[in-house]
Amino acid sequence: MIAIPMNDTAYLRSEVLAATALPQASRIAVRDVDFYYGDFHALKRISFEIAPLQVTALIGPSGCGKSTLLRIFNRIYSVYPKQRASGEILLDGENILDPRYPINRLRSKVGMVFQKPVPFPMSIRDNIAWGIRHHEKLGRGEMEARIEQALSSAALWDEVKDKLGQNALSLSGGQQQRLCIARAIALKPEVLLLDEPTSALDPIATGRIEQLIEELKRDYTIVIVTHNMQQAARVSDKTAFMYLGELIEFGDTERIFTKPDKQQTEDYISGRFG
Amino acid sequence: MNISEKLYRRRRLRNAAALALSGCATVFGLFWLLWILWTTLVNGAHALNPALFTHSTPPPGESGGLANALFGSLLISALALAIGAPIGVLAGTWLAEYARRGRLGEFIRFLNDILLSAPSIVLGLFVYALVVKPAGHFSAFAGALALALIVLPIVVRTCDEMLQLVPNAMREAALSLGVPQWKVTVQILWRSARPGIVTGILLALARISGETAPLLFTALNNQYWTAKLDAPMASVPVAIFQFAMSPYEDWHALAWAGALVVTVFVLLLSLAARWYLRRAHVAHD
Amino acid sequence: MNASIAITTTPSRSNGDRAFRWLVGGCAALVALALLGAALSMAWGGREAFATFGWKFLISTDWDAVNHRFGALVPVIGTLVTALIAMLIAVPVSFGIALFLTEVAPAWLRAPVASAIELLAGIPSIIYGMWGLFVFAPFMAAHVDPWIDAHLGSLPAIGIFFSGPPLGLGMLTAGIVLAIMVIPFISSVMREVFLTVPARLKESAYALGSTTWEVAWHIVLPYTRQAVIGGVFLGLGRALGETMAVTFVLGNAHQLTASLLMPGNSIAAVIANEFTEADSELYRSSLIALGFLLFVVTFAVLVVARLMLRQMERKQGRA
Repeated sequence: MIAIPMNDTAYLRSEVLAATALPQASRIAVRDVDFYYGDFHALKRISFEIAPLQVTALIGPSGCGKSTLLRIFNRIYSVYPKQRASGEILLDGENILDPRYPINRLRSKVGMVFQKPVPFPMSIRDNIAWGIRHHEKLGRGEMEARIEQALSSAALWDEVKDKLGQNALSLSGGQQQRLCIARAIALKPEVLLLDEPTSALDPIATGRIEQLIEELKRDYTIVIVTHNMQQAARVSDKTAFMYLGELIEFGDTERIFTKPDKQQTEDYISGRFG
Repeated sequence: MNISEKLYRRRRLRNAAALALSGCATVFGLFWLLWILWTTLVNGAHALNPALFTHSTPPPGESGGLANALFGSLLISALALAIGAPIGVLAGTWLAEYARRGRLGEFIRFLNDILLSAPSIVLGLFVYALVVKPAGHFSAFAGALALALIVLPIVVRTCDEMLQLVPNAMREAALSLGVPQWKVTVQILWRSARPGIVTGILLALARISGETAPLLFTALNNQYWTAKLDAPMASVPVAIFQFAMSPYEDWHALAWAGALVVTVFVLLLSLAARWYLRRAHVAHD
Repeated sequence: MNASIAITTTPSRSNGDRAFRWLVGGCAALVALALLGAALSMAWGGREAFATFGWKFLISTDWDAVNHRFGALVPVIGTLVTALIAMLIAVPVSFGIALFLTEVAPAWLRAPVASAIELLAGIPSIIYGMWGLFVFAPFMAAHVDPWIDAHLGSLPAIGIFFSGPPLGLGMLTAGIVLAIMVIPFISSVMREVFLTVPARLKESAYALGSTTWEVAWHIVLPYTRQAVIGGVFLGLGRALGETMAVTFVLGNAHQLTASLLMPGNSIAAVIANEFTEADSELYRSSLIALGFLLFVVTFAVLVVARLMLRQMERKQGRA
């Protein structure tokens, strides 16, 4: 458990050199990733590649490890002392699982939205500005522009533009979740991780979020975990089906949902288990 | 049939008797407490007058007020909060954020619980040995330190509990924005837990504003108005003790007036703390 | 995975994170230091008394400032007896209150009465002491003590505990005042733990035709026994260490008598009364040594209390 910041730049340069051999098209390459909760082996040798500017859905029965996998992409799991990952996840050629990879830079590049909306106990404006302030020094005008941009991208601007000073807790559940999306994209990330973003929302709010995902795909690489297979089929380009900690099948969403290779996938898709 | 009828009646009777007794116990408990409050109110109200707040504590045989003691109490309590509350919040943060599980955290939590109910006179003796004896004289600062030892465990406990109530999703959401953990703790988690922490501090203030024992040999007493922290200072509880134990009628009256002021202050503070917490809860839901 | 390093990631902490962690950890260490420091400083401060009198300090009834002979027995017994009287009264009453507030009282009455009792727990102990001195002690002297002396004092065997002049001040009065003080504490803890009894447990007992009392005695109390004992010990710790409420009404007399009607002393009261007047090092050291004894006894009681309460919390899955 050593985390000695040696010479960061030298390390990164060598990694970048090593990475030039990799196909540049894949934004995220997952190589032989294992994950443990204490002694429990939760993910087993996961390998696949996530294409840029596409929506990749992770599906599978609960406990299959899909959320666990998502939580590795920004190393949010490392908050908990007993959880550890091994293997490689290359983001633009750099292994983000290396302890020397600066974690806060990683998280500014890989945004995350959680199951339940968690607005911070502050105004709508500060919810967006808070994260930005830790990464960039913006003037007042620039900050306002960035806030408007983020809220517009999250399709929330028109609803809140007259009450930016209000406490974020006064928003509805669906609005709060879009605020969380705005908060994440305000940092101009490259990747957006969505962990069952609609499971706490009503159908109308869910529809809005799905529509939003469609629009966000133009600018961001999106990975979404969902237990709702119709949702996966509606919003994603690629689908990864996971079962008991293993990646069973990965491919174009259309193919996975129409003629999957593996029997297990077919059983799950057709609702025979899970 | 007859036997079971008898048994049934006996069970019912026993039940009725027990329940009646429990009601009596409640009345009994409330009776004393109300009697004490009533006595304080009546005797204190008789002795209340403007001079209480404008004149200093009198020498025997003269009239006076409690102005210097009130001021002293305010100063000592404020200083005690200024010392105890920040340390308490930080220590509570360690417990909740860095030692939620694990032996060391449990151990500190345990010691804190002991400190929470340790006899306050012992804490006074401790500060006497720590500050008064080496310095060679009693001081308001020593009094504040003794009270800070009472504030500390209360704030540690509430801060620990309140931070543990903040959902993990809040931590993850804030951390996922690439913000260092300590800033997440200070700017997001403390803010989320603020109503609870403030309530804890208010309750700690309520607790120390009536504490007498730890002040007896730290801040001691002082007949005159003073703001010097390195000199003995009067406080309302100690003044009450001194006056109540005296043989003079008018000193007794002053003691009652002081008792009323302290009691009303403490009760209002407890009510305010509860009200604040409830309001914050409503705002959050 | 090939021969390359099996990377286990740890959060790469920034300097700010590291500094903050040390800061909060240091403050947590202060909590332990405060308790440890209190114990050590009192053992140190009392060393002269312990060295001079040895074990005799514990069993001697002397308290002679002129000839410098001090012993702890009188205040120790006073502390234990007053606390015992307090618990004898407070425990059943608190149980009754907790029972009333969780099972008996109509729903609309529960919350207000519970908060009233909790609020009253916040009244400073010096107020209890004043009330005891000016109101309750005269009441005892005029109405209760004479009756006890006349009716119980003449009984064989136990009579010596209850005979004496009607002074009002004394062990019995102090014990009662202490009881009134700790009732809110014990009843609050009991009420809280009674509320943790799963409803289905009680419902299934009621479904068998049990009466409210039977449910309380056979279901609620056994289920919460540990926490109830914890609450009782918490109250005991408070009664043992309470200073002001006792100092006013105990009479500050260094004498060992069997009668509860006679004035006595307690550790906390002796310290409060005499510490600033102690005119010799040995005198002061003896008082600090008393403080050390008090600390050790309350520490033991509180450890039991906390362990019992903690086990209950574990059971609830909260710890």
